[in-house]
Amino acid sequence: MDLLSKYSDQLIDAFWTTVQLTAFSAVGALILGTILAAMRVSPIPVARGVGAAYVTIFRNTPLTLIIIFCSFGLFQTMGVKLAPEQSPTFFEQNNFRLAVLGLSIYTAAFVCESLRSGINTVHVGQAEAGRSLGLTFSQNLRLIVLPQAFRAVTAPLGSVLIALTKNTTIASVIGVAEASLLMKEMIENEAAIFVVGGIFALGFVILTLPMGLLFGYLSKRFEVAR
Amino acid sequence: MSNSATVLYDAPGPKAKNLYRLISVAVALALLGIGYLVYAALDDKGQLTAAKWEPFTESTSWTTYLIPGIRGTLVAAAVSIVFALILGAILGIGRLSDHRPVRWVAGGIVELFRAIPVLILMIFSYQLFAEYEVFKSKYLALAAVIVGLTLYNGSVIAEIVRAGINSLPRGQSEAAKALGMRKGQVMRTILLPQAVTAMLPAIISQMVVALKDSALGYLIGYVEVVRSGQQLGAFYGNYLPALIVVAIIMIILNYTLTVVATRVEKRLRAARKGGGPQGAAPELPAVSVPGMDITDKRL
Repeated sequence: MDLLSKYSDQLIDAFWTTVQLTAFSAVGALILGTILAAMRVSPIPVARGVGAAYVTIFRNTPLTLIIIFCSFGLFQTMGVKLAPEQSPTFFEQNNFRLAVLGLSIYTAAFVCESLRSGINTVHVGQAEAGRSLGLTFSQNLRLIVLPQAFRAVTAPLGSVLIALTKNTTIASVIGVAEASLLMKEMIENEAAIFVVGGIFALGFVILTLPMGLLFGYLSKRFEVAR
Repeated sequence: MSNSATVLYDAPGPKAKNLYRLISVAVALALLGIGYLVYAALDDKGQLTAAKWEPFTESTSWTTYLIPGIRGTLVAAAVSIVFALILGAILGIGRLSDHRPVRWVAGGIVELFRAIPVLILMIFSYQLFAEYEVFKSKYLALAAVIVGLTLYNGSVIAEIVRAGINSLPRGQSEAAKALGMRKGQVMRTILLPQAVTAMLPAIISQMVVALKDSALGYLIGYVEVVRSGQQLGAFYGNYLPALIVVAIIMIILNYTLTVVATRVEKRLRAARKGGGPQGAAPELPAVSVPGMDITDKRL
């Protein structure tokens, strides 16, 4: 208990950073993943190839490597800066945004795959009916197939999001002050390792468990009646 | 992958073909443009000089850095996948037990370790082993990586096992019971062998996850391929090329495993069509759109 009161501010800050990382990366990954999924089912061979290559590359690369690459490669070697340089918290902000970039790029590959399998579950008749009404590919995808696909993949997208929440811990590799970085610090400085471990385990259970329940509920709610 | 006969668009007529060609060219041009921008930026920072890439043609940089790193990754992944399979089988069968307490305990363990990030598990077990001197300091990081990966992947595999056994028709276990088999016999000789074939693709996909996650060892000081690549980059002053080479190594390793998983699944599906074990796999969508594989990909 002493530990909790001693570190309460830091704990809240750290988990808030985790939540922020998750939220921003989720938005990025969802947008990018949807575009990629559309590319992968499009009639343009080149676009299909690009989408497939993207998924193969980023799904098979460890996230640790991608995030290190964002920091060492993009920032230190190539000089890519994602925050105003004169700002006093430049390094913090820049690392945070680089981590969001890395997480989005990585997660987008999984979002794309989930969506694609969702598109797969949409009944053939739906798309056929759309086509017979004279809808073009993009109209068909936008108005008929994707809305149903999104409903079908609510649960898989939920697990992608939970995985993303857990993956944000890897952002500590470039010094983003989220939960696992604080845990490393606390576990080295405090004698009670089981208590520290318990606090962080509980923190993540609190973050991910309601998410799982929510997405389970949503997927039942949005289920396409067939 | 043929262009005709998909659900989303008609086979293109002459007009559409022209349009597709136009868009193809536009996409290709955009790609080339991005490629050129990247090339120019790399060139500008002097990342494309021979000096930056030469270390990868020398055997010493492989023998001192990359090969020990690859070995570290493979050892951690292989050991933890073996332990995870054992743990997963125990927990998965535990979740199907007739005794409620066993079910609850197994379920609790599975849900807990699936909810906690692997990195948190690794940091915790590292400190735990260091504090109580369970392992020699040389093996501390390796042990922590293996424990973290085993607990997480074991829990995921437990779910795969459970789903695999549940997907078998009830008649299988009923018939076995009618023959007078005991519970253990039913599980061992009837259910598991059939379920394993159905679970194989998912288990191989999980191996890819274990292999990728072994890179988390980087954060607790385990020398795996990302760490060794980074050391190489520090030594030769070529971070960017080193990280790219490491990425290529990892992609090749993981992609090979993914291809194996897809092959295995295809074979299983073909075997089923040919009158193999019926209904031994989870139902897969019957409709397939070009370029879509429906392997069950878990994160």
